[in-house]
Amino acid sequence: MIFLFAGFAALLVASSLLVVLHRNPVTSALFLVLAFCSLGGIYLLLQAEFVALVQVIVYAGAIMVLFLFVIMYLNLRQDVERGVQTAIRRGLGWLVGAVLLAEAFALIAKRWQVGPVSGGPEMLEGNTQAIGRALYTRYLFPFEITSLLLLVAMIGVIVIAKGRGGTAAADDSAEEKP
Amino acid sequence: MSGVIPLSWSLALSATLFVIGVVGVLVRRNALVIFMSIELMLNAANLAFVAFGRSLQSLDGQIFVFFVMTVAAAEVAVGLAIIVNLFRLRETVFVDEVNLLKG
Repeated sequence: MIFLFAGFAALLVASSLLVVLHRNPVTSALFLVLAFCSLGGIYLLLQAEFVALVQVIVYAGAIMVLFLFVIMYLNLRQDVERGVQTAIRRGLGWLVGAVLLAEAFALIAKRWQVGPVSGGPEMLEGNTQAIGRALYTRYLFPFEITSLLLLVAMIGVIVIAKGRGGTAAADDSAEEKP
Repeated sequence: MSGVIPLSWSLALSATLFVIGVVGVLVRRNALVIFMSIELMLNAANLAFVAFGRSLQSLDGQIFVFFVMTVAAAEVAVGLAIIVNLFRLRETVFVDEVNLLKG
């Protein structure tokens, strides 16, 4: 189990580093899919089966397909970066990253003593069943608000992506694109 | 099953993932890659939620992950629509070249 965790973790870190470092956005997106799948494996090892499957279906499936659609729709050129300013900013970025990483590990090294508060009988039934029960009883109101949030996001996306000046302008811009 | 995964391992992995996301946001100029780095940071937070939930024997962490995923999906949809609109307006997705507010 430890070895599986180490393997998934190595895969996750390597592929997310490649997401950041690779020049081509399409390759970055595909490596991000790999990173999300290995994160799903880690969720499975942490006994969160529902979250693992939702991770693969929603993140690696739906969200990344949306990313790839947009990348290919925009038809980007390669990411060329030159100049002193870019070099300075890149150096600063890595420096900030190193400081943050050191800080995080210093915090984790303190080893919080976290013990089980309630070894509930929830663990007897399946993970998905328990989550569904909690979601539809205790967290019913946030769950309903989630549906409202998705509706608002959907309407917002349609309004934003339609472009300015109503349907006529949107039709024009749609005709201009080959 | 040869033992459970220590909490600190998961937290270290989560911290590493978050830092990779931060570096991505700071280093890259492509708005789409910056967006992917933000997704990485959200996933790092999710991993911390699941790890703490496992350690505390509680389901609440996983339920929060569910909500975070919903918000992330909405955020990705709106953000990508904004990027598409930006591309129509300025013919670029590089954040350095979007300097309308610069005097």
